[in-house]
Amino acid sequence: MAAAVDLSHVTIRFGDFTAVDDATLSIEPGEFFSFLGPSGCGKTTLLRTISGFIEPTEGVVRIGGEDMKGRGPNARPTALIFQNLALFPMMSVADNITYGLRVRGVSRAERRKTAERLLDLIALPGSADKRIDELSGGQKQRVAIARALAVEPKVLLLDEPLSALDLKLRQHMRNELRAIQRRVGITFIYITHDQGEALTMSDRVAVMNRGVIEQIADGRTLYTAPRTAFVASFVGENNGFPGRVSAVDGEIAAVETAVGVLRGRNLRKLRVGSDAVLYVRPEALVIGRGSELFAGVAQTAAFEGTLTHVTFATRGDRPVTLTAAGRAAEAIPSEGEEVVLGFDPASALVVPAEGGAHA
Amino acid sequence: MHSSVGKVLIFALPVVVIAWFWATALMERRRLGSLAPLGFVQRNGVAVATYLVLAVALWAVVMIVLPQLFMVDLSFRPKLPPPQVGGEKDVYTLANYRYFLFGSATDTSSWNTTHLQAFGLTIVASVLITAFNFALCYPLAFHMAKAAPAARVRLLMLLLIAPYWVNEILRAFAFRILLGSGGVLNQALLGLGLIAEPIDFLGLDVGLYAGLSYAYLLLMIFPLYNAIESLDTNQIEAARDLGAPWWHIHLFVVMPHAKPGIASGCTLVFMLTAGALAAPLVLSGPRTLWFTPIVYDRFYQAFNWPQGAAYAFILLIACIVFVLTVMRLGRLTLGEITR
Repeated sequence: MAAAVDLSHVTIRFGDFTAVDDATLSIEPGEFFSFLGPSGCGKTTLLRTISGFIEPTEGVVRIGGEDMKGRGPNARPTALIFQNLALFPMMSVADNITYGLRVRGVSRAERRKTAERLLDLIALPGSADKRIDELSGGQKQRVAIARALAVEPKVLLLDEPLSALDLKLRQHMRNELRAIQRRVGITFIYITHDQGEALTMSDRVAVMNRGVIEQIADGRTLYTAPRTAFVASFVGENNGFPGRVSAVDGEIAAVETAVGVLRGRNLRKLRVGSDAVLYVRPEALVIGRGSELFAGVAQTAAFEGTLTHVTFATRGDRPVTLTAAGRAAEAIPSEGEEVVLGFDPASALVVPAEGGAHA
Repeated sequence: MHSSVGKVLIFALPVVVIAWFWATALMERRRLGSLAPLGFVQRNGVAVATYLVLAVALWAVVMIVLPQLFMVDLSFRPKLPPPQVGGEKDVYTLANYRYFLFGSATDTSSWNTTHLQAFGLTIVASVLITAFNFALCYPLAFHMAKAAPAARVRLLMLLLIAPYWVNEILRAFAFRILLGSGGVLNQALLGLGLIAEPIDFLGLDVGLYAGLSYAYLLLMIFPLYNAIESLDTNQIEAARDLGAPWWHIHLFVVMPHAKPGIASGCTLVFMLTAGALAAPLVLSGPRTLWFTPIVYDRFYQAFNWPQGAAYAFILLIACIVFVLTVMRLGRLTLGEITR
């Protein structure tokens, strides 16, 4: 079976500016795929390219195995959900949902049936004749999804559709979206700068930075085995220790950092002498134990219920964060106290320093 | 009916209208209770509020309401030599309106075909010119509002506005020079050998309709531009993404959104075209009679001000009725147009 969406060496330039640089990836049918990255990283541009609003400068976009070159957004088997939803305020809920069917010449009675079926799907039965401005934020959200689903696209594209909602609703809609995706079984491509959204909903996530796809993996892999310094620092909290690889011993590399020589897993197989960053997650740091040790002075402690975050000043130029959970939180050092921080080499990761990543 | 009743009406009506507005405002305030927004007076102080209300009231009453009411009053009076004005012969009469219909103040046996035809032509032609203006302006307004880069929008605005620095009469004469028998267009066509003898554009009323179409173009384009500009571009893209062809998007997404702008543009152009004077005076062909020159002639050729007032009033009422009917058909309210 052909991939739902297949990008091959897609580059998009606006004048001198390269918005997307040589993106190659393949998204499977029925997959929930996310593009994650800070604003301006090119993820929206890529989404608009898939939906047909932008033609790539170079490269090929295939949907269901077909080359989409020269096919506008109205001729592609995709439907896009806009960041601001872009519902039609002068039409009723039902007319919004079935707009795409009206365009295709579907009869009024047929459209009505589809509208009611989709309203059931999005759990808004009986709202067919409401006006758009009578709906709440979450309801509008769902109507936008129904409108996109009505045209039975092969691929549903979502451009940060949850960003306008408040936190509670956002979390609720995450589950809702995922549930709807399972029910309809089509490919969802989701754009977000919120890693929580990307990691909780997606089968796979592509992390983008400055137009480049840094890594494509499932959420767990992104968290435990980031391939680049950007992914390591963007996905989840992380403590980075920049330095130079001083020794390599099988899976483990030693990095000479400002706080001393520290060891971590060398998944990228860096050689001695290369610039690298060693990353340790805050929850992997402990006080006084572990084989890799360095000194720190406790600065602030932020109590968050189940978790407590403590920052330490070290000889490096960035503060180091330690996250303690449950019992361990009781042994928090007080402000100004000097302690020895430690971790296990298996819980740390050595990645190439930014800039040297694409050697 | 004695004429003093008219005087009473003229001065009492504005007061009644103001009182009515005041009362509705009060009612709304009572209905909303504590939810009512902070009043203008509370926000700006008594002095500012009093000054503004008085200034606006004075301006509205003296500059707008009173002159119009005087004209209406005048239209129901007979034409009298100055010494007899206000005398016992100065009573209310429908003679001026009767003249419009029957060509005589007393005889009702035959219709006043010349004036009625001119009136009908004016209304019909104004509708057509309005439609033509809309067809011309909509694509341009859409382009300016949604497609053109900012620099081009500024350039287009300048190109649209600059010709209107030239006054109306001069513009009308320019059309005459352009379209006259020895005019630029005929000379060019003759020179190119496309025609053997000059075409009488003015006699064919090409000049009149061109001039009228051009006269109020701006009043169509700006409301349209504003209305379309306020449309969220994502809605156009969403419609496209859902498979809509371009005409469908315009018909069912852009135009419904721009309906108030379309209505206000069309209303303005229709009203002003029907009431245009300069272009018809200068550009009318010998066979065609626009209604406004007839009104003008009542005042300054026939020196019959009451009759002129009646004619002007007929045109005004006809235009208002026409516009309100069209608005009713288009399910539009006055509030939407002025939004």
